Amino acid sequence: MILLEYAVLFIVLAPFIGGLLAGIDRKLTARMQGRVGPPILQPFYDVGKLFQKEQIVVTPSQHFYVLSYLVFIVASGALFFAGGDLLLVIFAFTLAHIFLVLGAYSSYSPYSFIGAERELIQIIAYEPMIILAAVGMYMVTKSFFVWEIMTSSLPLILYLPGVFLGFLMVLTIKLRKSPFDLSTSHHAHQEIVKGVTTEFSGPMLARVEIAHWYENVFLLGFIYLFFAWNPLVGIIAIIVAYLLEILIDNTFSRATWKFTLKSAWIIAGMMGLVNLGVLYYLSGVVPV
Amino acid sequence: MTHLSKSPWILHYDASSCNGCDIEVLACLSPLYDVERFGIINTGNPKHADVLVITGGINEQNRQVVQNLYNQMPDPKVVVAVGICASSGGVFRECYNVVGGIDCIIPVDVYVPGCAARPESIIDGIVRALSILEEKKRMPAHGRATGGGER
Repeated sequence: MILLEYAVLFIVLAPFIGGLLAGIDRKLTARMQGRVGPPILQPFYDVGKLFQKEQIVVTPSQHFYVLSYLVFIVASGALFFAGGDLLLVIFAFTLAHIFLVLGAYSSYSPYSFIGAERELIQIIAYEPMIILAAVGMYMVTKSFFVWEIMTSSLPLILYLPGVFLGFLMVLTIKLRKSPFDLSTSHHAHQEIVKGVTTEFSGPMLARVEIAHWYENVFLLGFIYLFFAWNPLVGIIAIIVAYLLEILIDNTFSRATWKFTLKSAWIIAGMMGLVNLGVLYYLSGVVPV
Repeated sequence: MTHLSKSPWILHYDASSCNGCDIEVLACLSPLYDVERFGIINTGNPKHADVLVITGGINEQNRQVVQNLYNQMPDPKVVVAVGICASSGGVFRECYNVVGGIDCIIPVDVYVPGCAARPESIIDGIVRALSILEEKKRMPAHGRATGGGER
């Protein structure tokens, strides 16, 4: 069952929620560092400003790649909130990031190249865990459709605690939080200039930022799936998870790409695979 | 007022400063002064920057670098010369390798005096630069795109 109205709601509301979330994030980060911090609406001012700036085009194909990144992020999120196939959502989501990497590779800049390579490493690091999360949800609910996982009365978190912890780990990579903000960072400190976004300026950078807001809302929606049997617990879980991410962001220094890849895969293996194995074994004993 | 003055991103370049002014620029980012409350972010990328903050005078080594950074910044943009060396060359003015202040190479919009410039006066200089940024948005220089366009 595809619910078009939810898809439309996502497309309209997600930038506002995502931008507000980014503003609250920056305010809380500043408070944790003993600063006053920018206004809550600062991310909207930033994007508004970027649209008023001149657009310096390094290569014409940049436009296409950045726009494709935005379109595919929106499409995967819309499909997710419409209750579509989770696997299709994940593949569209990955494709969107491949477009971002291609956009970074399209300009002949060493900084952009390093950012693109690091983005690829991040994709390699988080992708297995996201697939495992989808597989885990299928093993419990016997469906890959978000709509059926949503309406399932089973408390997914009790069946998939390991998968959830593994997902929280890759969420840190996805939200571009320290220690895993390798390819580009929100902070004032720099990582090899600005990674993937080095060669994007003005309106093009604004589109990357808006796509990131959509992406964050989609990822928080993914957390909700684990708690879908009880909406209140689900919303509390989203808030707690995001606060935890902000705390982690401000506590840890940046990791190397080797550590990122290793730890992401080890945790995906330890938490995700073991969880699924136990679930598979138990399904023979206790009917799920 | 447009969004331009609410979200100025700064590119800080040390031309040939003694690091005195640099430390004061960085002090502005510390919890005591916290310029991020004005939406000011210190970026390391000229393509993301709106305000070019330069400390120290121009010498033969960095002449090309400063010119290049300025050219890479998208319009509208402003330049703030922080400290007396950036404004006029300061005590190094007569040195054999020093060209002079920043305005020998690129147009400067705001001069912040001092040796070293105080964080308060640096913040004041940048806030003044913001109104110039707004003005440049309203009346773009001849031959330049009006923003949002392509060069």
